Amino acid sequence: MSIEIKNVTKTFGKVKALDGISLVFEEEKIYGLLGRNGAGKSTLLNIISNRLIKYDGEVLIDGETSVENDRAQSKVFLMSEVDTYPNAMKCKDILKWIKEFYPEADLNLADSLIEKFQLDKKKSIGSLSTGYKTIMKFIAAICSNAKYTFLDEPILGLDANHRELVYKTVLESYSENPRTIVISTHIIEEVASLLEEVVIINEGSLIETDSVENLLSRGFSVSGKAGEIDEFIKDKNVIGTDFVGSVKIAYILGDENIDSLPASLEITPINLQKLFIELTGEEK
Amino acid sequence: MAFDFNSERPIYLQIASELEDSIFTGVYPEETQIPSTTELSVTLKINPATVLKGMNLLVDENIIYKKRGLGMFVTTGAVERIRAKRQKNFYDSFILPLLSEAEKLGLEEKDIINLIEGGKEK
Repeated sequence: MSIEIKNVTKTFGKVKALDGISLVFEEEKIYGLLGRNGAGKSTLLNIISNRLIKYDGEVLIDGETSVENDRAQSKVFLMSEVDTYPNAMKCKDILKWIKEFYPEADLNLADSLIEKFQLDKKKSIGSLSTGYKTIMKFIAAICSNAKYTFLDEPILGLDANHRELVYKTVLESYSENPRTIVISTHIIEEVASLLEEVVIINEGSLIETDSVENLLSRGFSVSGKAGEIDEFIKDKNVIGTDFVGSVKIAYILGDENIDSLPASLEITPINLQKLFIELTGEEK
Repeated sequence: MAFDFNSERPIYLQIASELEDSIFTGVYPEETQIPSTTELSVTLKINPATVLKGMNLLVDENIIYKKRGLGMFVTTGAVERIRAKRQKNFYDSFILPLLSEAEKLGLEEKDIINLIEGGKEK
């Protein structure tokens, strides 16, 4: 059971938004879907959730096609960055509709979250601030209990307290009802510890899909005198370099064990955000 | 428990060592229950699989054990096992880095011994 994305390509006019992407979202795992602005994250999510239906390639949800397929789509919930609810619709009515489409939806959880976030559910969604719109959309998504829940920028416009509450809610709800939750965001540093798996896309192409732990164990930086660094990195997969004074720092994503390191060089692990920046940086 | 997500160590190892430290210092006495995976996951905002991986390291070392349907408990003799392990690791964790830094600084063996004896008197 999984969502399989097979060689998906999507073009808008002359622009290739997605270029032959293949990847799998497995069951009951929390994923981070990371990419810079315009990398194709939202396009990919719109394809999975049947909002875009013209593309090359194939998306299978538990083995069935995702296109115009109610049974497959009933397992998918997309909290999208754009507003999809009618502006005049009241928050409590949105939740009523969620329950119609997702019978497993937990409205008790919705009520308790509405209280925790201090959201006025009698208000229409159009009258809410950016932050509270995000909160309302997040509550709808997490309460849907959909087997594959996609959260596109779930912390847009939220203050630190509300962001923290979002993270805790995700983990609490996931522990209660393990399912696939995919978080697409720019705030990598804050979500890194929540994730089990990570998918990185850049300019429409998949560049990494791995467990966070494995990815981090493959990445490291090495610093020292430029000449020695160049010698050390010549047969390695270098994803970026920096200079601090006369010291050169190289960022490496490798699979091999480093057993022979010259004593004058220093190795340091790197975090997910730094790895992301180097992998998706302009100059490569 | 304090976690440094920017630190050099994988989070599951940090979980294991923080739990181990709490057991060693008596926060969780032997044969009492430690917090559940969910509790630690939500409080620390860490993926439950990561928390579980850290806990399993301690299960492998016979420091905690699983009571079916109840949760994880501290094994009898855990404190002694932790002490033995840490004594064994003392050379690698503390003496080796000390010697390596001392060499860079040009400190000789007698200088180090003087420093240690001076430190004890304080």
